[in-house]
Amino acid sequence: MKGQTPSQRHILTLLVENRIGVLAKIAGLIAAKGYNMDSVSVGETMDNSVSRVTLVVHGDDWVMEQMVKQLNRVVDVIKVVDLTEEDFIEREMILVRVNADSPDRAEILRIADIFRAKVVDLTHRTYTLEVTGAEDKIQALLELLRPFGIKELVRTGRIAIGRANKSLPRKPERVAENGEDVEKKSSAVVK
Amino acid sequence: MRFTGSEILVKSLVEEGVTTVFGHPGDVFLHGPDMLTDLPFKHVRCRHPQVATHAAEGYYKATGRTGTVVVSSGSGAANCVTAITDALIDSMAIVVLSGHDPAAVMGCDTSQEADVVGTTRACTKHSLLALKADHIPRIIKEAYYIARSGRPGPVLVDLPKDAIMGRGEFRGYPKDVSIRGYNPQLYGHPGQIKKAAELIAQAKRPVIYGGGGIIHSDASEEFCELVEITQIPTTLTLMGLGALPTNHPLWLGMLGMYGIPWANMCMFNCDVMIAMGSRFDDRITGKLSEFGKQCKVIHVDIDPTSIQKNIKVDIPIVGDVKYVLRALNKELRNVERNWAMEFEEWYGEIEACKKQHPLRYEQREGVIKPQFAIDMILRLTEDYDPIICTGVGQHQIWTAQVYRGRKPRRWLTSGGLGTMGYGLPAALGGQAAFPNSLVLNIEGDGGFQMSMSDLCTLVEHNLPVKTFVINNKGLGMVRQWYQRHSAHPSSQSDLRHQPDFVKLADACGVAGMRIERPEEVKAGIEKAIKTPGPVVVDVVVEQEEHCYPIISAGTAIKDIIDSGEPIPDKLIQGWR
Repeated sequence: MKGQTPSQRHILTLLVENRIGVLAKIAGLIAAKGYNMDSVSVGETMDNSVSRVTLVVHGDDWVMEQMVKQLNRVVDVIKVVDLTEEDFIEREMILVRVNADSPDRAEILRIADIFRAKVVDLTHRTYTLEVTGAEDKIQALLELLRPFGIKELVRTGRIAIGRANKSLPRKPERVAENGEDVEKKSSAVVK
Repeated sequence: MRFTGSEILVKSLVEEGVTTVFGHPGDVFLHGPDMLTDLPFKHVRCRHPQVATHAAEGYYKATGRTGTVVVSSGSGAANCVTAITDALIDSMAIVVLSGHDPAAVMGCDTSQEADVVGTTRACTKHSLLALKADHIPRIIKEAYYIARSGRPGPVLVDLPKDAIMGRGEFRGYPKDVSIRGYNPQLYGHPGQIKKAAELIAQAKRPVIYGGGGIIHSDASEEFCELVEITQIPTTLTLMGLGALPTNHPLWLGMLGMYGIPWANMCMFNCDVMIAMGSRFDDRITGKLSEFGKQCKVIHVDIDPTSIQKNIKVDIPIVGDVKYVLRALNKELRNVERNWAMEFEEWYGEIEACKKQHPLRYEQREGVIKPQFAIDMILRLTEDYDPIICTGVGQHQIWTAQVYRGRKPRRWLTSGGLGTMGYGLPAALGGQAAFPNSLVLNIEGDGGFQMSMSDLCTLVEHNLPVKTFVINNKGLGMVRQWYQRHSAHPSSQSDLRHQPDFVKLADACGVAGMRIERPEEVKAGIEKAIKTPGPVVVDVVVEQEEHCYPIISAGTAIKDIIDSGEPIPDKLIQGWR
């Protein structure tokens, strides 16, 4: 039943047909079912007929089971993988414009350096930084920049990829499935 | 060879085996003017696109063949939305072909343009857009395959004018479909089926709970075999009626909020619940925290999302009910057990419940009780093996409670969405499929007024549907709920001014009759059935009648309400 396990953060990777309206169908489904979604990002894969959607969502075990089933049911969704069941790498890129008046300029650069952020634009009163990282790193940087005054913030949404060498797979039987090529996925054939 | 898109479309539909389409034409009409006069299939032009779409649902449910709807762009297609939603929740295989302005001006707000693919995204199983005449055969093949396979559902195909009017190659209709993201699982997991058989073989107080999935997968034969082998008492949902003959000794009746008390008793007191093609809808479970706690649950469904959506399942089996039943029956046939003898105590409990909670209503002098009228209609037509259609509301519940049917695909009603006005269109679709069968439409006066415009369609296409309007001068089910739960009992639920249904029928060229007194009921029904052509019978019934028994929302079997006020003994009319 709903609510019997704690709600947890999950990263779902979807391989979908690269067609008009597929993202709308997925977004509409998530909204209609009342699921919580933090982030979405979409892009083409090496095969331009397939797009990869990365969703960051929250739910307990019951909700997640339904959500994965519901997403799988969409005809244009080829495959759904819950990356959080395994070891994975997660990244997001942000562009942030921060106030940088003369007394603060050196300090901001120091912070940027520590976080391996790049200055991609500057004026006499602002810096624009580009930084990539996982959610906690981005959050930590933003906390440090907040006192200077953040003028503008743009985020790409989270993307994630499973580790090729899954040294610590929590569910070993899933490894093979995740490594499977898109083309090899069984397709429905009817005479 | 090069053809116009409309020619390619018609060729594709013929190849797909389409013999009847329901529709409403418009400016952006799919056939193209050249194809209108000489269609190689029957086109039933309705008076409203919603009616056409419900008719396609009725056609599908009655025949098992995918229903086809052809409508124009914008308002034409938007008018289908309610019926498409109805088809989605009740798993009706229909394909809606909607016209659209040329692709070049899509999104420019041209006359009668709407984003129909966008509008229907949430209420279709899938939607497709054909941008070129060449694409039409593949898209039509995919649409029909997706609509009919797996858990059936509605598919919308949007066809812009340039695809329809433009020319393209027709290299034959595709034989195969390959959709990499769509692969319905037909066969259940053998290990799970074995486990289910083992659990059933040990059950002391089991119940079989079947749903619409049995009808959709044409699995009635296998389902009846399961009942025969195991001798387990069996109940069906509103959508599953007909999967087991209602004269079968193990038939309990429909379950649920207004279900038969002993069917519900079995659900609440069983030790093993065998759910087949049903989805544990809230009208079945009532209070979730009290449902299915005492028993192990086996759930077979082709739609994985139906499993473990509302209740915890012990043995889930994803697969087509038909194939799973074949495998399960094979396992169970090998079980050595005297099933019936071991269930004697369980049967005894059912008999006791029948005595404790019989279906009853209060008989009164001089007025027609709706239960009486509906019971008579069903009794007097039973031997005709009729297709019975209903609207939504009290009349629907009463009909379902005493439904008499021996075969599947004879019961057309709107379940999940509860779409009022469903009866006449469904009957239209059923009768178009079976012109020589007796098709009954049992409707309420409220619902009938939502689709009565299509009486003329019945006349035009010579479809002899017999409509019985169970007329209580109001929205009975709404009134009942208000009276039970509100301080303003009749708020908006009385229909104070009604059309004269007899004159209305007459105006449409349909035979109209009225039955006002109990002693006229039998003769009136018989006369209606014998009258050739379509008939409308206005059955004037008691206004203040409520549907019983009730297990109210959020309660459980112990809270069952058998009747409103206590009925004096001499006025009790038992009816099942």
